[in-house]
Amino acid sequence: MKLIILENYSQASEWAAKYIRNRIVQFGPGPGRFFTLGLPTGLPRDHPESYHSFMWNNFFKHIDISPENVHILDGNAPDLQAECDAFEEKIKAGGGIELFVGGIGPDGHIAFNEPGSSLVSRTRVKTLAMDTILANARFFDGDLSKVPTMALTVGVGTVMDAREVMILITGAHKAFALYKAIEDGVNHMWTVSAFQQHPNTVFVCDEDATLELKVKTVKYFKGLMMVHNKLVEPLYSMKEMGAERSQSKKPYSD
Amino acid sequence: MPSNKSVSDAPIVQFTNCRILRDHQLQREDLWVREGKILNPEKLFFDEKGSADVQLDCKNSIIAPGFIDVQINGGFGVDFSLATDDFKSGIDLVSQKILSHGVTSFCPTLVTSPPSVYHQVLPQISVRNGGAHGAGVLGAHLEGPFISKEKKGAHPEHCLRTFEAGAFQDLLATYGSLDCVQIVTLAPEMRRSSEVIQQLTKRGICVSLGHSVANLSQAEEAVQHGATFITHLFNAMLPFHHRDPGIVGLLTSDKIPAGRRVFYGMISDGIHTNPAALRIAHRAHPKGLVLVTDAIAGMGLAPGRHTLGQQVVEIDGLNTYIAGTKTLSGSVATMDTCVRHFQEATGCSVETALEAASLHPAQLLGIEHKKGTLNYDSDADFVMLNDSLYVQATYIAGEEVWRQDVSGM
Repeated sequence: MKLIILENYSQASEWAAKYIRNRIVQFGPGPGRFFTLGLPTGLPRDHPESYHSFMWNNFFKHIDISPENVHILDGNAPDLQAECDAFEEKIKAGGGIELFVGGIGPDGHIAFNEPGSSLVSRTRVKTLAMDTILANARFFDGDLSKVPTMALTVGVGTVMDAREVMILITGAHKAFALYKAIEDGVNHMWTVSAFQQHPNTVFVCDEDATLELKVKTVKYFKGLMMVHNKLVEPLYSMKEMGAERSQSKKPYSD
Repeated sequence: MPSNKSVSDAPIVQFTNCRILRDHQLQREDLWVREGKILNPEKLFFDEKGSADVQLDCKNSIIAPGFIDVQINGGFGVDFSLATDDFKSGIDLVSQKILSHGVTSFCPTLVTSPPSVYHQVLPQISVRNGGAHGAGVLGAHLEGPFISKEKKGAHPEHCLRTFEAGAFQDLLATYGSLDCVQIVTLAPEMRRSSEVIQQLTKRGICVSLGHSVANLSQAEEAVQHGATFITHLFNAMLPFHHRDPGIVGLLTSDKIPAGRRVFYGMISDGIHTNPAALRIAHRAHPKGLVLVTDAIAGMGLAPGRHTLGQQVVEIDGLNTYIAGTKTLSGSVATMDTCVRHFQEATGCSVETALEAASLHPAQLLGIEHKKGTLNYDSDADFVMLNDSLYVQATYIAGEEVWRQDVSGM
């Protein structure tokens, strides 16, 4: 695991963005060669604050992605399990997920894999924990009865199959979850801990998120920042892609 | 890219690198247009899996809904109150020329005239969409002849009339036809005005109060019967008095029926209203302010003498008077100069100034679902402006109909 500790939310976001950009450029995507970026799912489609709106406003409208290359789980599909199975097939057909980017909940969940989710689970319909329902109530005018109690989600196993996983964790309210994820054992009550068994994980966090970690852990990884920063500097661009591709090896491995 | 749009194959244009006026704010967003309407790109992306066919770089311009002028008496030598043989080509000329002022829809206005003029002219005005040929015609604005003698302003006294005898029937007989009439300005203190206002409102015609000596209660009664507009606030009405605010008092009246708003036209050319008065009105009731030009035939022409219906008008710089008097009669202002002057005089935001010329007139006429905004599914009538609010280009139904000539730079 690489633990990247930045001072605050903006710096953490910027580091993560630069890292993703470099990874995409180094991969050298082109016709027939897709860089598959995985992101966790969210609210149902027909809600005005839906995940689709969120993704459009914060991501898709700023880039030149073709709509056919966007696959979002459809919570309104007639057969939900078939929808989930088809999603797994699409991932395989796209060559597998190159990089999965996600956050964690205060209860340590990745995507909607709430505490108790199997660590080898696949894309499926999942019941939501009360905490998540309460957190989502703000999108439904605070009316708990309107908040969906189930969601479609990629499974822990699905994310484990990605070639690389990046988890973004910011804020003091996530500190305990981060501690459980990296300093305690692998446990299905804190599903993010599953990534301790993934060969290529990057955790990007801010100072506040490290509040429950051992000073020793924090000092160790802060000491590695000089080396870690080589992953974001220099910032590659598609135009220089050809020349740089030969130097695309990472400076060190885990 | 293969045609992947499930709804329509019409070309989709994406205007990028611009700031658009939406939800009362200038937002850094792209503007998408298809088949003459503003398109929702998110629906296009997810539901149709479509994308833009053409992308246009707007060089960081401001994009605002096209301006709507609800009081314009003519321009460029054309006088809408003159029954000429080539009246239609007069409308065409003005509608084409005002595109360069950012106006995409307008109401040709007729001042007080003898019935024969109305009978000849009105059938020649038809509601029509705008396009490369010119701004769209929303309908006529009939200012008079049912107005007050004491506040006739530039209107000819011998043509003033009342509807005491037959109320609405008198009005109909005078005008001949109300088919393409959008607004009627009258003085509410006239006897039987309430019936007339009700009848006009029932026909979907906007009733405006102006050229009147009405007191506040008479004005409020008119509003209760359906009046929704005030013609050039302050001009041709009793001045504000603290014990009887008159028509001006409508701006803060508490007798306006719930759910309704009174709008008021302002000619912000720096002449019709002192900037301080403009500011008072704006601060009292910002959401009701509608910028109008009240432009006359001499607008766009060199100073000199021109007609305004039955009168002769003299233009001297920006001042337009009845020849030989100091009575103001219309203006030679253009809509974009009004917008700029309004913004400077009140210090309001760019968004507010632009809405006074687009959203508010659309709301007045009840057409804001398709004009006056850049909301999805609205008509794609818009203007591109630079930061100083000078019009760079005008678009109607998504097509460029006028562009600032940049030759000689």
